[in-house]
Amino acid sequence: MNNMIETDRLSQQAATQGAIRIEDVVKIYDPDGAAVMAVDHCSLDIPAGEICMIVGPSGCGKTTLLNAIAGFHSITSGRIFMDGKLLCGPDKPMAEPGSDRIVVFQNGALFPWKTNLENVAFGPLMQGKLGKKEIYEKARSMMADAGLSGTENNFPGEVSSGLRRRVEIVRALMNDPKVLLFDEPYRALDSLTKSVMHEALLEIYYKNKVTIFFITHDLEEAIFLGHRLVIMTSRPCKPKKILTVDIPHPRDYGVLTSPRFRELMEETSAVVHEEAKKSFAAGEREG
Amino acid sequence: MTKSLTRLRKKLLSRASLRAMISLAVFVLLWELGSRSKQWLGVSLPWIGQVPAPSGVLRVWTGLLTDAGYWQSWYLSLLRVLAGFIAAMVIGIPLGLLMAVSKTFYGLSFPSFEILRPIPPLAWVPISIIFWPTQELSIAFVTFLGAFFTVVINVVGGAKSIDGRFFQAAQAMGASQWDIFRRVVLPATLPSIVVGSSVGMGITWNVVVAAEMISGGGGSGSGGGLGFFIWNSYVGGSYEQIVVGMISIGIAGFGCSEVLRALGGLSTPWLQKR
Repeated sequence: MNNMIETDRLSQQAATQGAIRIEDVVKIYDPDGAAVMAVDHCSLDIPAGEICMIVGPSGCGKTTLLNAIAGFHSITSGRIFMDGKLLCGPDKPMAEPGSDRIVVFQNGALFPWKTNLENVAFGPLMQGKLGKKEIYEKARSMMADAGLSGTENNFPGEVSSGLRRRVEIVRALMNDPKVLLFDEPYRALDSLTKSVMHEALLEIYYKNKVTIFFITHDLEEAIFLGHRLVIMTSRPCKPKKILTVDIPHPRDYGVLTSPRFRELMEETSAVVHEEAKKSFAAGEREG
Repeated sequence: MTKSLTRLRKKLLSRASLRAMISLAVFVLLWELGSRSKQWLGVSLPWIGQVPAPSGVLRVWTGLLTDAGYWQSWYLSLLRVLAGFIAAMVIGIPLGLLMAVSKTFYGLSFPSFEILRPIPPLAWVPISIIFWPTQELSIAFVTFLGAFFTVVINVVGGAKSIDGRFFQAAQAMGASQWDIFRRVVLPATLPSIVVGSSVGMGITWNVVVAAEMISGGGGSGSGGGLGFFIWNSYVGGSYEQIVVGMISIGIAGFGCSEVLRALGGLSTPWLQKR
């Protein structure tokens, strides 16, 4: 119970950094051949410390947006800012990847040849901000906080996929990111593991104030985790409906059976279903 | 200590090793029967009837165990294999990595590489005898070729198939180009290097024996390597010695593979613990 009050207090400290502003972003693949528009004049404001859930059918271009923020892909036009500073725009179509924006990948990108502890320590070691000893100390304590004690010297391949995801989130947090970018991280997990992962993620979030940009096509996941839902149109992708989830944080799994949760599900599922049908008709593949 | 002893005993008495022993025993027994078919059954069985019997081979072998020339053959073949193999690793691994990392270099080198690759190492024997000043070098060179192409093609394939997410993750966490090479490309390619080297090692033994036979093994009587040892035994009419040479190569190749397997396992611990 004490623990609950503690997290409650922490969750009220608002993050001051990591606001993302997406301004009229367009992404066209292969502009001189058969041009495919992936993102269509998309604008979105994500305040610092928000969990923003991006919901849309498979292949709608959500990941394109995430890659643009992370600095993995360029944009065709428009601008993306973080905390008022330009990440990418007309003169600089591709953002510089940085440790302030860390991606948690769809199938995980832990280095299989490094132990969990070495994986977690990787970012700070590369950045050289701290001494080796301090880094490993911090890594151990963060892993302990996330319930990962005892797996430090295991390789990622030796632990369950749920634990692997948790290691990856801790690895991301070790970089003191302002924004965490999740690309359907729990897609491959079964629904029971998923529910455990969701609570674990929220717990980690309450302790570390970051902005979360979370891509999913699982509506239940989106409403359970998010402050806001941004439902995207099928390709080309842009916000179709933005919905504030007025269920207060901190949340636990009891929320799923609450009447308000049901109402929100009903309110959104028709919209999502409609886009999914369009996307299916257009023959979009996973991606 | 006692624990490891009991484990060893358990392993030796396990079903798998029992089967292995039965397999070998039956093989040797059938061989003995076949070889002595004329003596025992009155009819010489085709093919196998001409092969020296294992008991005779063993007798000749025990005589050879104190023969310096026999061990010299081991030593020479092993030396050539190691020289060729190590050279193939030292040149092949960096070359493969370079081909995988640089598109320009890949475009410039891969076509020529692909034309040279299908040429069997033994087709290189005459030209390498002409090319290299000593017999020894030409054998080592042909041995090198046997492993080289396999090592390179495996390294290129391994390094090129690294998941792009690893690069993106490393880059976002502040890794420099050099860090990415050292901490992502190298370890991610290591399993392919291990595979390439063990396949390469097998080819090396194939090649060295043939090269020794063709080139006369350095010419100096009985000291020309295991391949020459076999050839010399054939010319000298000692059929038992031929078989001794063959089995020696089998043992040597097996030993080399085991050592490589152990080294490969040590260098890729994350693949062992699953």
